Amino acid sequence: MVKLIAKSPCADLLPLHVGDLVLEEVEARLTVLARYDGAATESDAALRAAHGVGFPAVGQSNEVGPVRVLWFRPDQAMLIGPAPAASLWQDHAVTDQSDGWCQVRLKGDAGDQVLARLVPVDMRLSVFGVGAVARTELFHMPALITRVSDIELEIMVFRSMAGTLVHDLKGAMKSVTAQQALRG
Amino acid sequence: MRIEGKGLINRAKPVRFRFDGKTYQGFEGDTLASALLANDVRLMGRSFKYHRPRGVLTAGSEEPNALVTTGAGAQQTPNVRATMQEIFDGLEARSQNRWPSLALDVMAVNDRLSPFLSAGFYYKTFMWPKSFWEKVYEPIIRRAAGLGALSGLPDTDRYDRAYGFCDLLVVGAGPTGLMAALTAGRAGADVILADEDSALGGRLNREREEIDGMPAADWAAGVVAELRSMANVRLMPRTTITGAYDQGTYGALERVGLHLSDAGADAPLETFWRIAAQQVVLAAGALERPIAFPMNDRPGIMTANAVRSYLHRFNVAPGQRVAVFGNNDDAQRTADDLRAAGVEVAALIDSRKEADLQGGFARFAGAQVVGTKGRLGLKSITVQTGSGQDEIAADCLAVTGGWNPSVHLTCHLNARPVWNEALSAFLPAPNAVPGMTPAGAANGVFSTAGCLADGVKAAQAALAVLGRAAGAIDLPSAEDDPYRVTPLWHVVGDGGRAWLDFQNDVTVKDVKLAAQENFRSVEHMKRYTTQGMATDQGKSSNIGALAVLADATGRGIAETGTTTFRPPYGPVSLAAMGAGAQGAGFAPERKTTSHLAARQRGAPMIEAGQWYRPSYFPRAGETTWRQACDREVTMVRNHVGICDVSTLGKIDIQGPDAGKLLDFVYANGFSSLKVGRVRYGIMLREDGHVMDDGTTARLAATHYVMTTTTAAAGQVMQHLEFILQCLRPDLKARIISATEHWAQFAVAGPKARGLLNTVLDSPIDNESWPFMACGDISVAGVPGRLFRISFSGEHAYEIAVPARYGAALYRDLVARAETMGGGAYGMEALNVLRIEKGFITHAEIHGRVTAFDVGMGRMVSGKKPCIGQAAARREGLSGATREQMVGLKPVVATERLTAGAHLFNEAESPVRVNDQGYVTSVCYSPTLGHDLALGFLRDGPMRHGDVVKMVDHLRGVETLCTVCDPVFFDPDGGRARG
Repeated sequence: MVKLIAKSPCADLLPLHVGDLVLEEVEARLTVLARYDGAATESDAALRAAHGVGFPAVGQSNEVGPVRVLWFRPDQAMLIGPAPAASLWQDHAVTDQSDGWCQVRLKGDAGDQVLARLVPVDMRLSVFGVGAVARTELFHMPALITRVSDIELEIMVFRSMAGTLVHDLKGAMKSVTAQQALRG
Repeated sequence: MRIEGKGLINRAKPVRFRFDGKTYQGFEGDTLASALLANDVRLMGRSFKYHRPRGVLTAGSEEPNALVTTGAGAQQTPNVRATMQEIFDGLEARSQNRWPSLALDVMAVNDRLSPFLSAGFYYKTFMWPKSFWEKVYEPIIRRAAGLGALSGLPDTDRYDRAYGFCDLLVVGAGPTGLMAALTAGRAGADVILADEDSALGGRLNREREEIDGMPAADWAAGVVAELRSMANVRLMPRTTITGAYDQGTYGALERVGLHLSDAGADAPLETFWRIAAQQVVLAAGALERPIAFPMNDRPGIMTANAVRSYLHRFNVAPGQRVAVFGNNDDAQRTADDLRAAGVEVAALIDSRKEADLQGGFARFAGAQVVGTKGRLGLKSITVQTGSGQDEIAADCLAVTGGWNPSVHLTCHLNARPVWNEALSAFLPAPNAVPGMTPAGAANGVFSTAGCLADGVKAAQAALAVLGRAAGAIDLPSAEDDPYRVTPLWHVVGDGGRAWLDFQNDVTVKDVKLAAQENFRSVEHMKRYTTQGMATDQGKSSNIGALAVLADATGRGIAETGTTTFRPPYGPVSLAAMGAGAQGAGFAPERKTTSHLAARQRGAPMIEAGQWYRPSYFPRAGETTWRQACDREVTMVRNHVGICDVSTLGKIDIQGPDAGKLLDFVYANGFSSLKVGRVRYGIMLREDGHVMDDGTTARLAATHYVMTTTTAAAGQVMQHLEFILQCLRPDLKARIISATEHWAQFAVAGPKARGLLNTVLDSPIDNESWPFMACGDISVAGVPGRLFRISFSGEHAYEIAVPARYGAALYRDLVARAETMGGGAYGMEALNVLRIEKGFITHAEIHGRVTAFDVGMGRMVSGKKPCIGQAAARREGLSGATREQMVGLKPVVATERLTAGAHLFNEAESPVRVNDQGYVTSVCYSPTLGHDLALGFLRDGPMRHGDVVKMVDHLRGVETLCTVCDPVFFDPDGGRARG
């Protein structure tokens, strides 16, 4: 049978290396879970039962093995990794978003300095620790940013904006690297 | 003249630069001003209005005179302060506002005409004839006056903007700021220490002082080294805090590459920062004020602290015979420093009778400078003593009129500074900016010991608010002299004009004239004279000018008050504020999965919102867009066309009450829609006008997918969110945007089903997939969705697959369509196809039309409540007086119709009062062979067959049109159902 070729949002754009900074694309199944009013307890229990992680607090994420769940909006979470269990439909609207977002990871000691050029939120490790999530803007784009480790930030924007995301991040990465070189 | 000494210049590193085409040498660490003075260049600029020769007045950011242009071409930067610009190899600077040269400036004729050019002269002089102002007077005045010029080319330099966060922001790195940062840094707080200067230390780098027994500059360097070693302290030299804003946000401008001959292509010249600080110590220091005495603007006359700065920091004697004039103890100090450096002191003049002047040079207590001489530079001064006048030769005059604390940032949230009689200065108002503590000289503490202690105290206060314990800190020993000043604002004398505002050429006489003409409020005086309105914002003139105004109006200084200090504290380049937003950074570019394929087919893109959509697909031999468009329309009508429609909003609506939500949102009903079917709907705003239209499909009992127009996707999402959160929180339903997840393509034309059946895993027919059916399908094993809907009036479908497969499926569909005699079609053809069918877009539902107007009044269901239903029934929103949608055809088939034109009765003149309606959409229809238009005409549906006059006043087009039904083609819709 003839098959359709799949293409990721940043297929032609990444990876990118600038100085000690690396920007690369990651791909994972994404599902938005929007719990119904008054179903907070049931939602949390269903999520734990099905995937072993609880519904995240505002601005936070939970991770167990290959399963991650990020706070997404009030009463909404993004399940990353597994296909959503059928049991989740009881208390949530469940929507596949795997192809709707472009996911990249920015690695390097100066990652928060790069984002400080584009994101109005305090991204210092002491404030925005590992697992913290922010729905904010990255220059002109709505973005979902998660700190994955001390030196690694995950950034998601709409798939259609992948080119602009790489353009903006590349400019900031080059600027930060050049300024590090100037300081010696 | 360069002298011996241990300043902050690096004599091992000579630097060559050019000023007005001539090459000079300075040293690393020099500013342009210090290097020029070292080369005995005193003349650096011409004044704004009178083109007076001017030299440097200060050694800091408040400089009003020495403005130059650096760089060339697109990289030209005007109005650069020579006192701030560090020199580097290859620096090219030019003087401004002079012709043909700085020394010989023909516009200096203005100076001769000065008796006629006093403040407000143009308000009175250039009144008649009225039309001359814009065409004659203003261009001449603008040419005669001014500062530097922009290149007129797009700036190709790189700029950045950035966000910073800290517990404590310390503004200024003088003795106060250093101690504040040290105290907070040692306590573990996240500190940003920002200073305008390239070297941190402020006054300590500029004075002959000792701290803890070592030279003050060495002590400062030691503290800076300790701060630099702390991970929790960020040092930001070359950074001006430009504004204080709400909630602890501060603007800052950092000079990153401006001092380097080659910062590289990637580093910015400047970065504009937004710093959010929980606490702030304002240690911005103080600015020395000049004294207004006759002819006080000659090159060589500068503030006393500037003279000391050039002497100590840059090892430059600003003159060979230097006189000193002041009203406070800094006059004596300056003379002593000059003497100690081996510079001849011509005279020390102190306006205070009681001053006990010391030293082996001419000393005059209770005396004043009442005149000066020297055309392009100071040659002599005239001193009025108790016994008469002495003329004293001097090529430099150091002037000190006392100190003005830098209270500017404390005023940015609208507080007014408070006059302190003892210090003869304005001090920050208490609690002027929440979280900000003024300290040191900015708070009226002028001795070094006082500043060091005040810095510690301010930091301790900030740490207490932050909940951090401040460790004990030893205060170093330093000078603790009292500040003794007797105010002297201006010297009365007939020796000529006495300048207050050097940059805008405002004199004592101008301020007095303002008072005389009853512009007595300080704000009115400012506007009348333009005092304080130049790029230096009157830093060296505001207090002097208001003191003169107070005197002229018989009021006290406190009563007269200051004008309003607003951000920015210093000039901020627009390039820095707008950094990153030029070119591709202007707005996000949203691209569909078919973008590359469309570009490879040569399609020009048009922007729809932020989306890029193909306009048309030119083929070999086609020279105009119309040829391509006509071909694409014909192709769809006769064969099959492919169009990417992924940009339309797709909103997933789920939940047991999803149908009820839709009933409430849409004018027509949706809970009755069968699973597997699609329905067209319109939604209204609360005011009864049409908001958006589109189709909604029911995929399952509790699952719908709504499509919105591309432009309104965000607005509709917001609208639904508002309804769910505020109006109908009782509904168990959720909405999620799925626009980006799906790549969706229209397959339109008589051969659409034939094409689809070559790609679908299970073929469809008219029974299994009738008009307005929807459901799941599978394409090459990939699960997708298929909707039988038509925006072209043809037998058509929209096929959706997850976006990762979009690029592949699009190319495949287009290739198959081409095999069948069809191909890709773009926005132009899409528009023609829908106009031929009378389908509306936001050209029609532009915000002022009701469902009645677009012929859909009966869609507003009476069976259930919906948004806008009640308002739509209001009087005047329906009926014969409304302009309603019609089709328009030219009476003579070859004549043009134009969008935006207005409609008039044939016999009436085309003026506003006779307006009958307007044209919203226009195309040439290759199907029908003439222009078509959609428009709105008063009582239109009742006037089918009438002839009206279309007049386009802008394009000068007048065409007679026949009014008709908006559905021009296939009115019974048989083609879409077939």
